[in-house]
Amino acid sequence: MNGIHDLGGMTCFGPVRREDNEPVFHADWERRVFGMNMAALAFLGPVDRARHAIERMDPVEYLNTSYYEHWLAALVTLATDLGYLTDEEIEKGRVVKTKETPHPPPNAEMAAGLLHAGMPATRNAGRTDPAYRPGDKVRARNLEIKGHTRLARYVRGKLGTVHAHHGSHVFPDTVAHDLGENPQPLYTVRFEAKTLWGDNVDRRDCVYIDLWEDYLEPADRSL
Amino acid sequence: MSEQHDHDAPASPYHTSDRTFERNEKLAERVAIIESLLTKKGLVAKDALDRIVDMYENDIGPMNGAKVVARAWADPGYKARLLENATAAIAELGFGGLQGEHMVVVENTAKVHNVVVCTLCSCYPWPVLGLPPAWYKDAAYRSRVVIDPRSVLAEFGTMLDDDVEVRVWDSSAEIRYLVLPERPAGTEHLDEEALAALVERDAMIGVAKAKAP
Repeated sequence: MNGIHDLGGMTCFGPVRREDNEPVFHADWERRVFGMNMAALAFLGPVDRARHAIERMDPVEYLNTSYYEHWLAALVTLATDLGYLTDEEIEKGRVVKTKETPHPPPNAEMAAGLLHAGMPATRNAGRTDPAYRPGDKVRARNLEIKGHTRLARYVRGKLGTVHAHHGSHVFPDTVAHDLGENPQPLYTVRFEAKTLWGDNVDRRDCVYIDLWEDYLEPADRSL
Repeated sequence: MSEQHDHDAPASPYHTSDRTFERNEKLAERVAIIESLLTKKGLVAKDALDRIVDMYENDIGPMNGAKVVARAWADPGYKARLLENATAAIAELGFGGLQGEHMVVVENTAKVHNVVVCTLCSCYPWPVLGLPPAWYKDAAYRSRVVIDPRSVLAEFGTMLDDDVEVRVWDSSAEIRYLVLPERPAGTEHLDEEALAALVERDAMIGVAKAKAP
């Protein structure tokens, strides 16, 4: 989807607002929202599904709310989509109906273990043979994508150079929609500022962005 | 574009919205209800929630990344391993886990300056930097640092010569980036602990340089 979350390249949001000695959380409800999302990870599913839940926020609300409000929206959307929670229950403040979970919630030890171990996105399955090598000229494909994607708008149709190949990674566009992990080669691709932002740009800047093989085509393919 | 133009735009909308005491109270009330429901429904264990918050508030933060940078400055062998396979080298110091499964370290030099962003959400290397500061997650930084990194860096007081190449790393996948800042001059005599004290969060995101001793 072409959503408001895809912010790269806009210049309309003013100066960066910094805070000296910023605390990790600004309010206790932020702690609880972060902790709930992490503690319920086993039930809520892959991270790309959570990202897509945030992307589905009302765009005005997205811009008008802070990070942990986005996480709160995602938590409610995911728990509701999965049948664990209803708006009615939030409104009434009490459980109306309980959907059984596949297993008990992780306790403190299990949760800490999961956070320490991590959840690697690499797979020794699916497409493991890379089509491109570092140095290859590629074009980020111009695609209409209706669901979740990590193909940022600002690189679509643009020419770049493969910088690195990272093995095969779970594909966000399918895993976010329960359409399988579809692991495939992931690359870091370098794009020059002039290519991305305009012929009149002379700054020695460039962007490196991580793109899955399905987002790329050879640079010499005619448009 | 002149500096004047950069600042014509308004501040991020939510900063000027009704971020009032009442708004916070409403959020707190809603979150408490949801926590109560999810706990009763068996999706969240309270002890797990408390432990997780404690970990990210007390154990996991930029002090971890600072140790990695200080080790790289002090030990050329470690630096080589860090640039070759950052995940493994960072694990040597005991750091790793969620949002740091696939680490890449990029090195600043006199001619190359690296800076990290996530334009699509807020991806950030948690095991070495902790949870990101608010500005990293706000629209202003995420939108502009890719197209006009020098003006963003200037707002952080980081001025770069025109012949320095600025590389912006947009964390669009599960690769997480950490910047290895340049070692400041006059630090030859310092040990790792003293070196780590010069390395702040912003230098490892790449919006600032390491502090002078």
